[in-house]
Amino acid sequence: MANEVWHHATRALQLLGLDPALGGICIRARSGPVRARLTAMITSDARRLHPTVSDEALFGGLDLSATLASGHMIREKGLLETTGTLVLAMAERATTGLAARLAVALDRNADHTLIALDEGAEPDECLNPKLAERLAFRVDLSDCSLQDITETRPTTAIDLNHVIVPADLIEQLTRIAHDLGIDSMRAPLFALRAARANAALMGRTTITAEDVEIACTLIFAHRATRVPEPEMQDEEPPAPPPDQSDDSNGPEDSLDLPDELLLEAVRAMLPDNLLEQLAAQKARAGRGNGTGAARKGNRRGRPLPSRAGRISDGARIDIIGTLRAAAPWQTIRRNATGREGLHIRPDDIRIKRFEEKSDRLLIFTVDASGSSALTRLAEAKGAVEILLAQAYARRDHVALVAFRGTEAELLLPPTRSLVQTKRRLAALPGGGGTPLAAGMVTAFEQAIQATRRGMTPTIAILTDGRANIALDGSADRKQAALDAQQIARVLRAHGTDAIVIDTGNRPEPALRNLAQTLDAAYLPLPRADAERLSKSVATALGD
Amino acid sequence: MMQPFPFSAIVGQEEMKLAMILTAIDASIGGVLVFGDRGTGKSTAVRALAALLPPITAIKGCPINSASAKNVPAWANLKTKRTHETPTPVVDLPLGATEDRVTGALDIEKALTKGEKAFQPGLLARANRGYLYIDEVNLLEDHIVDLLLDVAQSGENVVEREGLSIRHPARFVLVGSGNPEEGELRPQLLDRFGLSVEVASPKDVATRVDVIKRRDAFENDYAAFMLRWQAEDAAIRDRILTARAALTKLKTSDKTLTDVAELCLALGSDGLRGELTLLKAARAYAAWRDDTALTRAHVKAVAPMALRHRLRRDPLDEAGSGTRVARTVEEVLG
Repeated sequence: MANEVWHHATRALQLLGLDPALGGICIRARSGPVRARLTAMITSDARRLHPTVSDEALFGGLDLSATLASGHMIREKGLLETTGTLVLAMAERATTGLAARLAVALDRNADHTLIALDEGAEPDECLNPKLAERLAFRVDLSDCSLQDITETRPTTAIDLNHVIVPADLIEQLTRIAHDLGIDSMRAPLFALRAARANAALMGRTTITAEDVEIACTLIFAHRATRVPEPEMQDEEPPAPPPDQSDDSNGPEDSLDLPDELLLEAVRAMLPDNLLEQLAAQKARAGRGNGTGAARKGNRRGRPLPSRAGRISDGARIDIIGTLRAAAPWQTIRRNATGREGLHIRPDDIRIKRFEEKSDRLLIFTVDASGSSALTRLAEAKGAVEILLAQAYARRDHVALVAFRGTEAELLLPPTRSLVQTKRRLAALPGGGGTPLAAGMVTAFEQAIQATRRGMTPTIAILTDGRANIALDGSADRKQAALDAQQIARVLRAHGTDAIVIDTGNRPEPALRNLAQTLDAAYLPLPRADAERLSKSVATALGD
Repeated sequence: MMQPFPFSAIVGQEEMKLAMILTAIDASIGGVLVFGDRGTGKSTAVRALAALLPPITAIKGCPINSASAKNVPAWANLKTKRTHETPTPVVDLPLGATEDRVTGALDIEKALTKGEKAFQPGLLARANRGYLYIDEVNLLEDHIVDLLLDVAQSGENVVEREGLSIRHPARFVLVGSGNPEEGELRPQLLDRFGLSVEVASPKDVATRVDVIKRRDAFENDYAAFMLRWQAEDAAIRDRILTARAALTKLKTSDKTLTDVAELCLALGSDGLRGELTLLKAARAYAAWRDDTALTRAHVKAVAPMALRHRLRRDPLDEAGSGTRVARTVEEVLG
């Protein structure tokens, strides 16, 4: 299997070399010998990008040192202005902005191919989906070892334009993409191109079944969102596979390859944990990208106009701003001093400033247990939805954790998308025990991750308070309460803000204790309507 | 540069195409917002629009595409008064564009080399009299959004920086596209868009095959494909020009005005902008259809795209706002 992955990876690179309109490839692997062997296949004149590449490097700009040295304007060519292969290292850290710019560049012309080196470790830490969508291929070399590597023979390909596309190929590819639940129209187009390129690579003028199979495998497998039902295998003996060897004798414009067989080829490539990966993908979509600490430290953030100042500890000079300040005076200063060259005075110096506003993340931790479901789950849902609308107006992020039965579940990772949140919330069922501690643990995990991303998390716990499931899943009321208290102490030590909203019919003393341990606001809301609940929360949050 | 994919060759997506045509007929409708999943042809459609639009007459070399010499700003230092026909500008506003690039700033090149304090116009200047296209508009940074809101409101770009004090007209039609799963758009900006449409991938295989076939032909048989669709694009362009002329002669009865007002009241859309846009869109639609009088049918046809993004968000409503508009249209106008 790993050997097959390697084979696919090298093939993808070869096809990409033949047809740059395939966009590119996302290579998911940590840095290492296997990846090095693969990237060695990339042309040596490939330009390298890094995730924090500036607009000037991309689109070209002033070459400051050359300009200052020569005394006349020298422009630096941007990476996107020269054609060729671009290699994006640490692609999982590419910001949405960079992804969008590269996406536009890839859309505009076929002069660029992008090799994205995705080094993500966590499932949700990966190449921005916006960009991944525009790259035809994706290979995961994580399980590949050096033993799996086989050398690829150099091939002499024929001209792509000589390849004849069978009339029904487009239909077949479109149908398969549809069966695999691939919505994007780019996928079948890529598959068509890949099939054509593969035929050319093999020196054929006609697309054969083999080309189609490879194209489907390389393009569709990682895009599939559902596994088509293998009806044939389950209910009746498999149909005899059509003879593939005589495709050279077959009719020119038709392929004797049933969809099922191609689907089978794709299915063989589908990872076992497709559904898990799908969940992770959905989660990612909400967050936009997997860049780590987007707003950490006081030297990043939204740039503010630079300000006149002195170079002191850690201050960064805004070179352009400084030059701008100095520029209008150059003639006067030159005349006054008689010295050629650039005249910069200390009071021209401009210091870069950044404004950093940490985004707030509201982690709703909703009790969906049986006792809650009977009484107030609907109300809690309503309250969360109203809060969501407010969070949306304030540009807060929200996350949704629900706990019921024996465990807690992260229904929605941090997102700003109201659409998704509403959908997940509506689907939240009720019933079972109250594993309050488990819910708090899940919320806490989210809070830690959020802090790492530079957000300020607040946990809002909505429960009626009768915790009866301990952390280990056992129905032990006493242990459950102890566990909850324990987690609360950890949360407090971590300095995470929290609010406890008692949705019970009568205020629950245990919850008040918990809130005290958490150092959190406690809102007992007997018979509260959703509207009032949201107002109280807003007050507690200090808006 | 290669011509983009022809507008007329876009398969399906009728609502999106119509919305774009309507803003081309009457620019004061105020732009289109296209929301949808990846790979549904949002960007393709917007770029196709650029090639479809009728050219404008502007002073040669004018940074803000002035129609006549007296409108050319003094800072442009233009000598010529000659005009030329130029394609309607469609300017891309890339995500992460700096304020300098958007509004314009001190021309560092002139300042360094000649010691001149000159103004280097930004994207807003270039977009004057044309379109400003923002891909992934919902990911635009807040401070750029604020800036856009201000300019879109006043139609004028004011630059006060680095000792410069410059203002120039910046009237443009906003076209935005985005994927709602990646983040919401602030209501203030949402409201700036005249029309909004939602696009999705075609659901039936036959249509999807058509999409792929045309795209493939576009990419592999470019010359022939462009030739094939050139005439159809030209036909749409002519129809737009005819409709523009017809717009002034279009009769609007009080009854239709009442319809529009009742509809907006029933939906509780904020402010009067919804009503005005709905009316303008309906008139543009009637002109496009070559009808001489505005009727209830025209209003009904454009109501969803003019109103669906103006509704107060109701988080408890499961149905999308499009459905709500359709339902209310049915109730009010029958």
